[in-house]
Amino acid sequence: MNYQIVVGLEVHVELSTKSKIFCSCTTEFGGEPNTHVCPVCSGMPGVLPVLNKKVVEFAVRAGLATNCEITRFNKFDRKNYFYPDLPKAYQVSQLYLPICRNGKVEIEVDGEKKYIGIHEIHMEEDAGKLVHDPWDDCTLVDYNRCGVPLLEIVSEPDFRSAEEVVAYLTKLRETMMYLGVSDCKMQEGSMRADVNISVMPMGSTKFGTRTEMKNMNSFKAIYRAIKYESKRQIEVLESGGVVTQETRRWDDNKDASFAMRSKENAQDYRYFPEPDLLPIEISEEWIDNAKKTMPELPEAKRARYMSEFGLSEYDASVITAERQIAYLFEDATAICRKPKEVCNLVMGELMRLMSDTGTLAEELEIDPQKVADIIELIDSGKINRNVGKEVFEAVFKENVDPVKYVEEKGLMMLDDDSLVEDTIDEVIKNNPKSIEDLKAGKDKAKGFLVGQTMKALKGKANPQTVNKILNEKLAEILK
Amino acid sequence: MSLNTKTALEIGQMIKNKGISSVEATKEMLANIKARDKKVNAYVTVLEDEAVAQAEGVQAKIDKGELKTPLAGVPMAIKDNICTKDILTTCGSHMLYNFKPPYNATVSDKLAESGAVVLGKLNMDEFAMGGSTETSYFGPTGNPWDVTRVPGGSSGGSAAAVAARECTYALGSDTGGSIRQPCSFCGVSGIKPTYGAVSRYGLVAFASSLDQIGPVGRDIKDCAEILTMISGHDPKDSTSIKRPAFDFSACFDGDLKGMKIGIPVNYFGKGLDEDVKKPVLEAADTLKKLGAEIEEFTMDIVDYAIPTYYVLACAEASSNLSRYDGIKYGYRRKDCEDLLDVYYTSRNEGFGMEVKRRIMLGSFVLSSGYYDAYYKKGLQIRGLIKKSFDEAFEKYDMILSPVAPTTAYKIGENSSDPLKMYLGDIYTVSINLAGIPAVSIPCGFGKNGMPVGLQLIGNVFDEPKLVKAAHAFQKITDFHTRMPEMAEEGGNK
Repeated sequence: MNYQIVVGLEVHVELSTKSKIFCSCTTEFGGEPNTHVCPVCSGMPGVLPVLNKKVVEFAVRAGLATNCEITRFNKFDRKNYFYPDLPKAYQVSQLYLPICRNGKVEIEVDGEKKYIGIHEIHMEEDAGKLVHDPWDDCTLVDYNRCGVPLLEIVSEPDFRSAEEVVAYLTKLRETMMYLGVSDCKMQEGSMRADVNISVMPMGSTKFGTRTEMKNMNSFKAIYRAIKYESKRQIEVLESGGVVTQETRRWDDNKDASFAMRSKENAQDYRYFPEPDLLPIEISEEWIDNAKKTMPELPEAKRARYMSEFGLSEYDASVITAERQIAYLFEDATAICRKPKEVCNLVMGELMRLMSDTGTLAEELEIDPQKVADIIELIDSGKINRNVGKEVFEAVFKENVDPVKYVEEKGLMMLDDDSLVEDTIDEVIKNNPKSIEDLKAGKDKAKGFLVGQTMKALKGKANPQTVNKILNEKLAEILK
Repeated sequence: MSLNTKTALEIGQMIKNKGISSVEATKEMLANIKARDKKVNAYVTVLEDEAVAQAEGVQAKIDKGELKTPLAGVPMAIKDNICTKDILTTCGSHMLYNFKPPYNATVSDKLAESGAVVLGKLNMDEFAMGGSTETSYFGPTGNPWDVTRVPGGSSGGSAAAVAARECTYALGSDTGGSIRQPCSFCGVSGIKPTYGAVSRYGLVAFASSLDQIGPVGRDIKDCAEILTMISGHDPKDSTSIKRPAFDFSACFDGDLKGMKIGIPVNYFGKGLDEDVKKPVLEAADTLKKLGAEIEEFTMDIVDYAIPTYYVLACAEASSNLSRYDGIKYGYRRKDCEDLLDVYYTSRNEGFGMEVKRRIMLGSFVLSSGYYDAYYKKGLQIRGLIKKSFDEAFEKYDMILSPVAPTTAYKIGENSSDPLKMYLGDIYTVSINLAGIPAVSIPCGFGKNGMPVGLQLIGNVFDEPKLVKAAHAFQKITDFHTRMPEMAEEGGNK
């Protein structure tokens, strides 16, 4: 029998607000354990939460970007559960009136577009972290992450393949990053997903029993886990068994999932309205303002780059994949008004250097003015394209000033034609074999002569000038 | 000099006039504590040296003219569920027997700014759960009028300390009557302020949507001054309300002409002791003589107040108290087998019976399948209670009622019967559910010689009206100036 995979996602996104959701502690990642804490986020007796308004603003932005309805009258609820990383023994979350509902996100897989429904987005606080110390065989608690604001984005069970899931996650990540809502660093856990998977006979409309895998923080692992888990469920059904509703743990090293907790042991969270916080009312004006200040999202950017700057679809999508790169491209283009050149530099040199040095987009600190300067230098014939690449590398690695760098290193192109002529004469004299080759019709040898000339001139000659003079000389010799 | 007959404001004035120094006043109170508290047990912690040092500091500031607040230099004490930085804050519980908060409650900061001298921390029912101060881990507090009787609760230490003149005034907290009922039992005055009038930041939570900190004093004028001092919006408490400060300046002319007072007949039916009913109704007559119009009316919804209160308060408590795990602070049982054992045993040994009972009750009403039947219904009735108070305040400036159905009973008399204990809250809990203010002032004595209190209930932020009526009453009566024998001149001998 053929089976249909059905997946639903709960994605947690850590918000990049400066301070935590209910106190003024920093949200910065890292830091010595328990240094980003205060009586409020460590849940001391008697403390009270005060909502960081920025969290609501970010949630509204995320909701608008995913086509959600924004709930005007919002409340927080307490989710009670006892765990060592949760110092209050309850998490302030939203159950009854989540801030965003009924949204949708368009994805594309193999040229086919479809919508994934967003059931809701709600605001909540993150818990701390347990660190197991294998040397002392003890578990330590780090509360630094306690109270870092989260959005939980709950999708409808609309996914029918692992590929759709990855397309959605990629889109969601891109969107959240562009909104400035989250840095979505998977490796730091600032984006993670709970994956609900079930299978049903092809053509059926009744969902099968689902299993859940929690806190997955790599697209690759999610992809593999869906493939594995759906296969496992199909095998269970094919062999006449039944799938049990349970939470399973994905082990990426073993490439398999393991049962953790069944439905019978499911927690009763004893939700009730959070009495320490007042309801939040979101006005029409607020939403209008959020709409007005919404940054342009990647999809719109791609379309605009193609129509306004004439970039290819491929180039546009590579450049918009990371917000920082798109902004660098746009800002440099705005200065020098040469989008194609900027695009070439970014697509070629920047991408290469980033991958060579393992630099992430969010770590880039390149001044768009400097990129524009390099383009100007090339365009005005002051340096050639290869020198341009060298200068860009120096900007990337040492943040040099391109104009000064070119001057100090003496990289300006020569405009002394007689020097070029003399050098070419010298090169021809020293490479009789190449001339022989040329005479024998092997045109490749010309490239070699150009190269030798450029080398002798330390790359500072204008290649067009070199070509022109060399052609004249060769024409004479080969006549 | 004896300060026994002096109010806090009078002592504050004496300090200003150099009739007495803050240090002298503090030392006199410390001497009273030393002499009487073995019997009364109002204090969990006495800050003997710290208080004297603080008084010296405050006095210096007063002398330099840097501190001019009316209660500057006056010694007082704080209920032990209000956080005081680096000073034991036990909530009357074994669970927090060694807990020293790393921060101050907002009211503790406000007291310090106003030059209050803190004598110590006051006994209470464990986590403010109880009406007799018998559930404290540190033993019951005795009523200064008869130490074999309870002082009421949960702010029993606060009321007893004021009555015994072991402090000039105190802060208490009121979740379902915890300021008003002990004031009634001990013959002192107190205010349960409008919800949101006083910051709860640093008040160890029992039921967050009901808790309010309030004053306990020798008369209502003191209480009004203390309330002025501690109230106001606090950015650290989202439920504290932004509004102009209380103005009690027009409250002390003693004229009640045109004031309309409603008496809910439901509050005077079955279950109310004759001993209490008589002085309360006499008090109504007194207010009438002062110019108030008195009218009876019915308010049936209050019959549901007790079950509603216990469902909602316990639900919130079950959540608020789950953080005490024996790991981060407070009591931890040693020699446990594993982590789970640490949790179980520490909580089992750290919490007393009443607290456990309420945690279980609260967990039950919130659990899946029961939420709608209990918690949600409770919220709905809470709305109806608020509505019926709103309707009453369309007709009346305030409502007059007893505070508690009885006078102070014997220690141990009710402690085995939780239901009977809960019924003692019948006249007070609906005020917390509605979030409105009420005062409790002495209005007479029972046949057993124990004080009886009168409750005046007002609309939100109508504290000035309540103070005005209470002050007019106190101006022509002397119930509030009477004191237990142990507090009389020479009571220390």
